Amino acid sequence: MNALYIMIPISVLLGSVFIAIFILAAKDDQFEDLTTPAYRILTDDINEIERGNE
Amino acid sequence: MSSPHNENLETFSYDDKIVKLFVYATLFWGFVAMLLGVTIAFQLADWKVNMGLEWMTFGRLRPLHTNAAIFAFAGNGIFAGTYYSLQRLCKARLFNDFLGRIHFWGWQLIILLGAVSLMLGFSTGKEYAELEWPFDIAIAAVWVIFGVNFFGTLKRRREKHIYVAIWFYIATILTVAVLHIVNSLALPVDLMKSYSVFAGAQDALIQWWYGHNAVAFFLTTPFLGLMYYFIPKAINRPVYSYRLSIIHFWSLVFIYIWAGPHHLLYTALPEWLQTLGMVFSVSLWAPSWGGMINGLLTLRGAWDRVRREPVLKFLASAVTFYGMATFEGPLLAIKSVNALGHFTDWIVGHVHSGTIGWNYFMIAGVLYYMVPKLWKTQIYSERLGNIQFWTGTIGLLLYIVSMWVAGITQGSMWQAIDPSTGNLLYPNFVETIVRIVPMYWVRAFGGVFVLFSFIIMIYNLMKTIVNAPKDVKEDVFQAPPLNFKSDGHDSGHRKLEGLPLIFSVLSVLAILVGSAIEILPSLMADDFIEKKEDVSPYTPLELLGRDIYIKEGCYVCHSQMVRPMVAEKLRYGKPSMAAESVYDHPFQWGSRRIGPDIARVGGKYPNMWHYKHMLDPRAVTPDSIMPEYPWLFKNKVNFKLIQKKMEVMTALGVPYSAEEIDKGYETAREQANEITEGLAEFGVSMDMQDKEIIALIAYLQRIGTDIGQEDEE
Repeated sequence: MNALYIMIPISVLLGSVFIAIFILAAKDDQFEDLTTPAYRILTDDINEIERGNE
Repeated sequence: MSSPHNENLETFSYDDKIVKLFVYATLFWGFVAMLLGVTIAFQLADWKVNMGLEWMTFGRLRPLHTNAAIFAFAGNGIFAGTYYSLQRLCKARLFNDFLGRIHFWGWQLIILLGAVSLMLGFSTGKEYAELEWPFDIAIAAVWVIFGVNFFGTLKRRREKHIYVAIWFYIATILTVAVLHIVNSLALPVDLMKSYSVFAGAQDALIQWWYGHNAVAFFLTTPFLGLMYYFIPKAINRPVYSYRLSIIHFWSLVFIYIWAGPHHLLYTALPEWLQTLGMVFSVSLWAPSWGGMINGLLTLRGAWDRVRREPVLKFLASAVTFYGMATFEGPLLAIKSVNALGHFTDWIVGHVHSGTIGWNYFMIAGVLYYMVPKLWKTQIYSERLGNIQFWTGTIGLLLYIVSMWVAGITQGSMWQAIDPSTGNLLYPNFVETIVRIVPMYWVRAFGGVFVLFSFIIMIYNLMKTIVNAPKDVKEDVFQAPPLNFKSDGHDSGHRKLEGLPLIFSVLSVLAILVGSAIEILPSLMADDFIEKKEDVSPYTPLELLGRDIYIKEGCYVCHSQMVRPMVAEKLRYGKPSMAAESVYDHPFQWGSRRIGPDIARVGGKYPNMWHYKHMLDPRAVTPDSIMPEYPWLFKNKVNFKLIQKKMEVMTALGVPYSAEEIDKGYETAREQANEITEGLAEFGVSMDMQDKEIIALIAYLQRIGTDIGQEDEE
């Protein structure tokens, strides 16, 4: 079962990459606001320019 | 919101042309994939639908169907939905329009040529990764282009917060790249033939690590990303719990990658690995259902709209089927349930409740949402959308229910033992097939419903597009650039955001380089392969025969893995051991028994039986549903390739001596001559000795004969 020597490190590394991304993202305050992002996407295709000209 | 006349605002538009291209491709390949599915469903109901044509048989069309459904249909759907939502979530145009075009045309070209190559019988013999090595390289290249375009867009975003959908896309891109590259590692023999660098149990482990995660990171995470964007957009309400969606994401990506071994329960894989796979699979229940509940509760208080609008109808049912499939998956991964369900149609039904119920319906919902927006028009007919929904749902239910019945019936019949005699109640495998053929008809007609529903959608959407106003202007948007929102240390902020991306790309590269360094020495070293005295490499002719076995896709219907269970021992013989397949590049344990297991078929029947069987299976097994293989009696074996093949095998650690390789051609010829002489006694012409059938017989008679049947206890 030598394939395990390849698979387990890769899986662990991939996991570590995700942990690293998670930590960096958390430090970047990505998860501070868990309310407004859900609302924000609802308005992202409202065309501000056309609206401004109305 | 800042005023539109703010000097700091940047003006931009989205590349929606690329989204439109992927929409067309999704419709086209969805039709092809489902047409293929219906065709092979009828082939199982009635073997005559194989038509005796080499490129039309089940063994070749089934890999084509699975690859088309996953990579062509779902793939194009993912790209369309991702490019649409990513640009809007980032408030930024696609990083590079031209790269987008290369991505699109490259992907379509791979699918088209890949489809032809599968029909012609070029196959690696690894499920869901059958395309040969030049395609694997092309897929990796196009995937990297997609990644560059994706991360480039993310880097240029004008919205600081990375919405949860984008997290799901990121996980998809990184993980699929790693899985695809590792599983596709192979040494080429020539342009269209290669051998997996892994063998036997190791190849099985890698293959299902890939196979399961293809489901996880190609058919699940990108679709969850689409769910988290398109359901709130379609119903114009925020997701039920944004907090839950973040937890859903992080728990899912950590657990999914370990669940692969549940595809190998009761096989010759070490038991602790099987248990590990089972534990992680059962753990998946929690995040999967968390996600499903989050999706469904987003619709709370608006179920009246779900009843009326096709978009919401498809999205809501997709999430429901996601919940069903992710309940059934962990259930089937419990060892005692798996003992009954494995190798049966239950698995096939489970897969389709995912691919049709979750993937197709999600894509349908996304398309019904995007197409009117992209073409700035109304949907042609909501009524047709509703008809499509019900046609598809009825078809899918027929499919799932018939496969439950077929799977549990067949699984129980295989294991039924007469308590008074201790013998099998249904010793003839074909009895268990005859019993479920009516279910195959039900499934095939269910498939027709699903295909028909898809055709309705193509008509409905094409009508929408044709009727759309022409020469509408491209939308132009304005937003402040990211660093204007700064609170004094803007450049530092920007850097930090760039970090995770650069970091993750570099880490993945490091993983790949590191693993290549790890893998390569193991290929060269002989002592890396566990040995068993009586297991020896295939003879040259057997090796050629094995390649024919792979070419015809025999593994899609026949397993080579006797599980350690009483009923299996009675039916097939001694349970399979890992040591028996150490020279199998790739492994051929299989995942389905539409025909019986053949791990112990060697020596079970005389050569003439196999000869007749391949020509007309019903001549030796009445009621068999196996196709006929008349071309095996016409096509010549390419004996000249044998030395090259043996050299590649040697490089992979199979102990052929230099002398054996030198004499490979003669040895193969001699064995073919010997087998044909035996057949000649029954009137077979000696001209047959260079035909494919002889090499195939040589291989079949070898399978499972290395380990003596008598030497136990």
